[in-house]
Amino acid sequence: MDTTALLLSRLQFAFTVSFHIIFPSFTIGLAAWLTVLEALHLITRRPAYRRVFDFWLKIFGIAFGMGVVSGIVLAFEFGTNWSELSRLSGPIQGLLLSYETFTAFMLEASFFGVLLFGKNKVRPGFYLFSTAMVALGTTLSAFWIMVNNSWMQYPVGYVIQGGIYVPDDWLKIIFSPVVWVRFPHMLLAAYVTGAFCVAATGAWYTLRGMCPAEARIMLRMGLLLGAILVPVQLLFGHLVGDYVHRYQPIKFATIEARWHDEQPASEVLLAWPDAAREKNDYAISVPVLGSLIGSMTLDSKEVGLTNFPRSERPPIVMTFFAFRVMVGCGLLMLLVAWGGTLLSLKKRLLQRRGVLWAVFLCFPLPFIATLTGWFTAEIGRQPWTVYGLLRTADALTPFLTPRAAAGSLLVFCATYIFIFVFGTYYIYKLLKGGPAQDLLLPPPAALPNRPLSLAAGLQSTDEMAREVHK
Amino acid sequence: MIFYWSLILALSMLLYVLLDGFDLGVGMLFGLTRDETRRRHMLAAVSPLWDGNETWLIVAGVVLWGAFSAAYSLLVSAFYVPVVLMLAGLIFRGVAFEFRGRARRTRAIWNLGFVVGSVVAAFMQGAMVGALAKGLPIVDGRFDGDVMTWCSPFSMLCGLALCTGYALLGASWVVKKCEGDARDAAYRAIPPLLVAVLVLLAVLFFHALYENLAILHRWLDRPYLFIVPFVALVSIGGTLAGIRRRRDNQPFLMIVVLFICAYAMLAISFWPYMVPFSLTITQAAGPHASLAFMFWGAGLFVYPLMLIYTVYSYNVFKGKIDPTSGHY
Repeated sequence: MDTTALLLSRLQFAFTVSFHIIFPSFTIGLAAWLTVLEALHLITRRPAYRRVFDFWLKIFGIAFGMGVVSGIVLAFEFGTNWSELSRLSGPIQGLLLSYETFTAFMLEASFFGVLLFGKNKVRPGFYLFSTAMVALGTTLSAFWIMVNNSWMQYPVGYVIQGGIYVPDDWLKIIFSPVVWVRFPHMLLAAYVTGAFCVAATGAWYTLRGMCPAEARIMLRMGLLLGAILVPVQLLFGHLVGDYVHRYQPIKFATIEARWHDEQPASEVLLAWPDAAREKNDYAISVPVLGSLIGSMTLDSKEVGLTNFPRSERPPIVMTFFAFRVMVGCGLLMLLVAWGGTLLSLKKRLLQRRGVLWAVFLCFPLPFIATLTGWFTAEIGRQPWTVYGLLRTADALTPFLTPRAAAGSLLVFCATYIFIFVFGTYYIYKLLKGGPAQDLLLPPPAALPNRPLSLAAGLQSTDEMAREVHK
Repeated sequence: MIFYWSLILALSMLLYVLLDGFDLGVGMLFGLTRDETRRRHMLAAVSPLWDGNETWLIVAGVVLWGAFSAAYSLLVSAFYVPVVLMLAGLIFRGVAFEFRGRARRTRAIWNLGFVVGSVVAAFMQGAMVGALAKGLPIVDGRFDGDVMTWCSPFSMLCGLALCTGYALLGASWVVKKCEGDARDAAYRAIPPLLVAVLVLLAVLFFHALYENLAILHRWLDRPYLFIVPFVALVSIGGTLAGIRRRRDNQPFLMIVVLFICAYAMLAISFWPYMVPFSLTITQAAGPHASLAFMFWGAGLFVYPLMLIYTVYSYNVFKGKIDPTSGHY
């Protein structure tokens, strides 16, 4: 095992998986929102809902396609760089990911096609049903990923046979308590992401004075959804913290930057943790709050990092700050969502340009929160890949050379950046155009399992429009 | 259960080779012409289908991992370099597909990406098969080579053979789907490609026999197996007859049969080994608990559904393409 190859492989996985998660976290929420829109359209018969639906469906298609493209690499990366992991945990992880792939395919194959091409061919009720099925499909996809990742965080329901992790109780694996707090946490993150992107788009249009009816729907619904979901998300975040406290005390102490046992424990709000000297510089802490957060009591003893050998501790600076950035984003979103909803209920939102700007500029926050949340979970799990069973260093492909690892890292970085620059540019163009632009039709030669073709179709219709104006 | 999953794996791989084979082949032929109309027709012949075709690669990948994790971890890591290059090639050509038609100034980049991506992906797949057939150094079920072990004259030759084979398949697909100039050019391309493929295959086959006579015994012990190469010969005749009589659907069908024969010959030569000659299918298979869990959901319901969907989508796009419609 080569330490440089290990570092490069970790960088590569971190890069590819971080890039990937941006798109699913957006599309899962968006699919649910589309279902709500379609239902509202069926009930109220307001055409504005339909226009907003059609508009977001196209953005969904492109983001979905980019999620698929970036996900292909991940399916093979487990084998190329982490062959020991895939050999030892294949009977459990390989299978959970197979289910994920099969679920995603089934979704693409059947209902997404109806969504794109069947609007005039099926009954409205069935169209709504298809939308709901697409939302269910993306949700199930996330579910399998969370089962898989939760198993790596807290392995259950397995026996070790000949060194290999063999499943002996699938129910335990799927109904692990960790799954059922982390899955909702991820799902809510996706819904909040969707809500804030929609609200920000609404704010943007309002500021530019375009598509008032659609912009109002986006703004109002997005903010209201955010105002309801962000507090629920904070609650689930707390529950996730409880599982970390119970099952991963080292990660918990790292997040809290608590070096020594304390009773009652204080809470470090901000500091610069120094791993070498095992203490915090410039710490701002609140007494007793640490016990309250950790154990919901005023006098509990909370464990410190120095109880564990250095080789068992994760990198503290990244874990510590990732967590704080996530919480910070969450609180900011809460403020914006509640403030905005309050103003919108008083019918004063549309006049407050400052607030509209704030809502508009908020759109990166849910993405940052999702990414830093994952950083906290994954970096905080180090030095383990499968917690307590398999160290990251032992999961690496044994004969991997730094040269090969560096080469693949470069190849993937170049490919991803190249593609995503284009993808994001197309989404930006769509968003900028707004829902009023009715020229955007899906290209006739597209199949549902080829959502990227929407991007192509978009530009061709753009060009058509330009030709017409000439 | 093991048998069921090996069948599913074999079927997924065969479907991948046949389906993505023709569109990778079209990608390569695309590089051989400068004529924009011909290029547009060729693209239109595969554009609605390529993405679904590639899905089968992922399906084969996850089935291999879920059901045969020992083989997955061994092979995918031993083929580090070709797997990474293949993925990059597939991504580039996929994106080129979508963006080429829109680009004006940058069209040359997408053209290049499309051709190079197709060639690299196909070549790497062939090289992997070649390295596998040649035999990997394995000690106690673990790979005992380095990241460049896959690279040998034999595997390079296999890479070349698969490229030629895909180009042949691609040419016959263009014949099937296109009319006019593009079709005529494809008709002209088939005979030389066919000859090249046969020569390469013969070289490879005798090379393999020379390296490992155990394969030869397997064939001599079961003479009825020679029906497979016989069917291959018939299909070659069928291809040539199809070309002479200008029956547009016949060459593709016959070349598909030829591919299936080659695939079957490979399978017969190495059965029951998944990694010749060190890891059998039974040894590579995961525990029963995993295979059974996978069977009752994914295997029994989703997989047949995927097959039905594939048939359905090909049905939607059956017949000759209409290059005047659509955005291509």
